[in-house]
Amino acid sequence: MSVLVGKNTRLVVQGITGTAGGFHTRQCMEYGTNVVAGVTPGKGGQLFDKKVPVFDTVSEARAETGCNVSVIFVPAAGAADGILEAMDAGMELVICITEGIPVMDMMRVKAWMRGRTSRLIGPNCPGIITPGECKIGIMPGYIHKPGKVGVISRSGTLTYEAVWQLTSRGHGQSTCIGIGGDPINGMSHLDAVKLFNDDPETEAMILIGEIGGSAEEEAAEWIQQNCRKPVAAFIAGGTAPPGRRMGHAGAIVSGGKGTAAGKIEALKAAGIAVADTPATMADTLIQRMKERR
Amino acid sequence: MNIHEYQAKELLQRFGVATPSGKAVSSAEEAEQAARELGTDDLVVKAQIHAGGRGKGTFANGFQGGVHLAKSAAAARDLAAKMLGQTLVTHQTGPVGRVVNKVLIAKSAEIRREIYFAILLDRATAAPLIVASTEGGVEIETVAEKSPEKIIREPIDPLAGLQPFQARKLAKQLGFESAQIKSVSQLFEGLYRTFIGLDCSMVEVNPLVVTPGGEVLALDAKFNFDDNALYRHPEIAAMRDTQEEDPREVEASKSGLNYIGLEGDIACLVNGAGLAMATMDIIKFYGGSPANFLDVGGGATEEQVTQAFKLLVSDAHVRAILVNIFGGIMQCDVIAQGIINAAKTVHLSVPLIVRLEGTNVAAGKKLIAESGLAVIAADDLGDAAQKVVKAAERK
Repeated sequence: MSVLVGKNTRLVVQGITGTAGGFHTRQCMEYGTNVVAGVTPGKGGQLFDKKVPVFDTVSEARAETGCNVSVIFVPAAGAADGILEAMDAGMELVICITEGIPVMDMMRVKAWMRGRTSRLIGPNCPGIITPGECKIGIMPGYIHKPGKVGVISRSGTLTYEAVWQLTSRGHGQSTCIGIGGDPINGMSHLDAVKLFNDDPETEAMILIGEIGGSAEEEAAEWIQQNCRKPVAAFIAGGTAPPGRRMGHAGAIVSGGKGTAAGKIEALKAAGIAVADTPATMADTLIQRMKERR
Repeated sequence: MNIHEYQAKELLQRFGVATPSGKAVSSAEEAEQAARELGTDDLVVKAQIHAGGRGKGTFANGFQGGVHLAKSAAAARDLAAKMLGQTLVTHQTGPVGRVVNKVLIAKSAEIRREIYFAILLDRATAAPLIVASTEGGVEIETVAEKSPEKIIREPIDPLAGLQPFQARKLAKQLGFESAQIKSVSQLFEGLYRTFIGLDCSMVEVNPLVVTPGGEVLALDAKFNFDDNALYRHPEIAAMRDTQEEDPREVEASKSGLNYIGLEGDIACLVNGAGLAMATMDIIKFYGGSPANFLDVGGGATEEQVTQAFKLLVSDAHVRAILVNIFGGIMQCDVIAQGIINAAKTVHLSVPLIVRLEGTNVAAGKKLIAESGLAVIAADDLGDAAQKVVKAAERK
C-alpha cells in the first residue's frame, strides 16, 4: 500500500522534451512508472522516444490519455504557469520539481489553489516514490525498497540519505514524499503526516525538516494529538548562521524564529524521537519502533 | 540580495515615495559639490555600507560614527574625507568591519515624529503582510518586546493587492490627520507597488518621518530581494556591490556554486542544500567546526566540481576537507573526476576525506583509488564526520 501514487497513476510530464525532463522521464519509465503523455507547447503531435505522445496543452493530454497526475520540469520562469495549467486541466496531483521559482509566483499559485481539490508537491523537490510501483521525480530508484516506513522531507539528498539508511538496515518504505525547500510550497509536513497516519500499510514515519518557517512545529503538535505510529525526525541547519539563505530559499532563520533548537524542542515535546545526527535517522526510528512493540 | 541606502532611496523615488534629496559620492571634492547643489546648510553625511548600526559604529582610524550632521558644504567635505576609504565597524559588521567606498550627502530633515512601516512576504499565510507602528526609529524587535500593542498588522490579499481603504485605515491608525490621509495612503500604495513590482521579500522604511511642515519622508529604507526573481530585474541585479560580500562567495557565484563562508576550519563539498546543512551539523556534533556551506547542486559539471575544490583549498583557515556526495542526478564518477582534476592543479596540503554513495558509486570509488591521491575513504556519513574532525585536530 502507499499514498498518493501507485500502480493506478497515469502520469503526464510537462517539459518532457527538455534535457532534464527527457532524462528523468526515461529513468521513471525504466522504474515502471506509467507515463502516458508529455506536454511541450509548440511540440504537439511528436512522439517522445517513439512511445509517449506529446501535446501542446495539459487539457488535450488529459482528454486523449486520461492522465491524472502531472510532473513539472518546466524552467523556473514558466513553472508557476505550468502548475496552474495542470490544475485547471483537472490533475489530482501535481509534482513540481523545478528549482528557483520566484516567491511571488508561488504566492499567486497558492492563492489561486484555494477551494480547489488538486494537491501540489513542491516546488524545488525531488518528487514522490512508492517503491516497486511508481517513481515520479529525480531520486535514484535503486536505493528504495518496498516496505512500511513513510518518509517526508524538505530536502532531496537528505531524503536519499534516510532512505538508504533504512534500506541498508532491511526496512522498506511505503511512500517517500519530498515536499520541497521553498518558503511557499504545496503539501506541508502536516498534510503528508495525515496521509501516512490514515494509510493502514504505513507503520512508522521519518520526518526530515530544516530551519525556517514553522511547518515542523505544526506537524509535531498534530502528531502529539492524533498519531499513534512511531515517528523519528531530524532537523538540518542547527549550525547555519542567522539571516543567511542556506541554498533553499526557505532555510533562513530570522528574528529568532524557525531555529533548529526550537523545532527540536517542539518535536521532542510531542513525543517524537529526534536523531542527534543525520547519520542516525534510521537507527533512531528503528529504536523507537522496538520500544513501541 | 541587499543594496545600499542611496540605491534604496532611488528606487523609492521611482515609485513615488518621497525621500530627502541627496546624492551618493565617492570623494571629498564630490561631497562638497553635492552639498552646494542641495542649496542648504542643514546636511547629513551617511557612510554607505550593507550593515546596520552605522550611527553608533566606530572607524578603524578611531573616528566615531558613520552618520553625522553638517552645517556647511565645507563641513560635509571634512566628514566625507574622514569616512571614505576607511573601515567602519558596527555591531552588524563583525570585528573586520566594512570599507566605506561611498557616502550619501543629503538634506537633513526636521523630525516631528517617526513611524515604522514594512511590507513583507509572510510564509505562514503565503501572502504579503504590512507591519507598521507609531514607534519608528528603533528596531521593530524592540517595539515587539516592550510594547507589542503598538504594532499594527494588515494582511493583504495576494491576488487583489493592497486596497485604497486599507491604506487609509493604516494612515488613520498611524495617527495622521484628516488632511494628510490622502497623500499618506498614496505613499503606502507606492511602497506596495515597489514591493510587488521589484519582487521584494521585504521593504522596510524605518523611520518614515513627519516633518513640522507635515511632509512625509522615507529617511532610511532596507530592501530584501528574492534572488530567484532577479532574472526579471536586471536593473536590480546591476546594483549588486561585490565589495560588500565575502570574496570567497563572489568567486563561488562566478562558477554557479552555492557557497557561504563560515568561521571554522573543516571545508565541506556536498550535493544538495539539505545534506550540506546536515553535514555541517554532524561536523559540529563531533566537535569540529565547518569552514563553509557548499552545495554543488544536483547537476554540477566536472568543471564546477574542480572550481569548488580549488575554492576550498585556497582558504588558508582550512585544516581538512570533507567531500560528502549522495549521487542522485549527480553521478559519483563525475564528482570523483572533478576532485582528481583539481588535485592535479592545486597543491593539496590538508587531509581529504571522501564519502561517496549513490549513482555510479563503484566507478567513482575506482577512479579515486586509481588516481594515487592520498584520500581517506569513509563508509558512511557518521564515519566521514568523525574522520574529518580527527584529521583537522591532528593537523
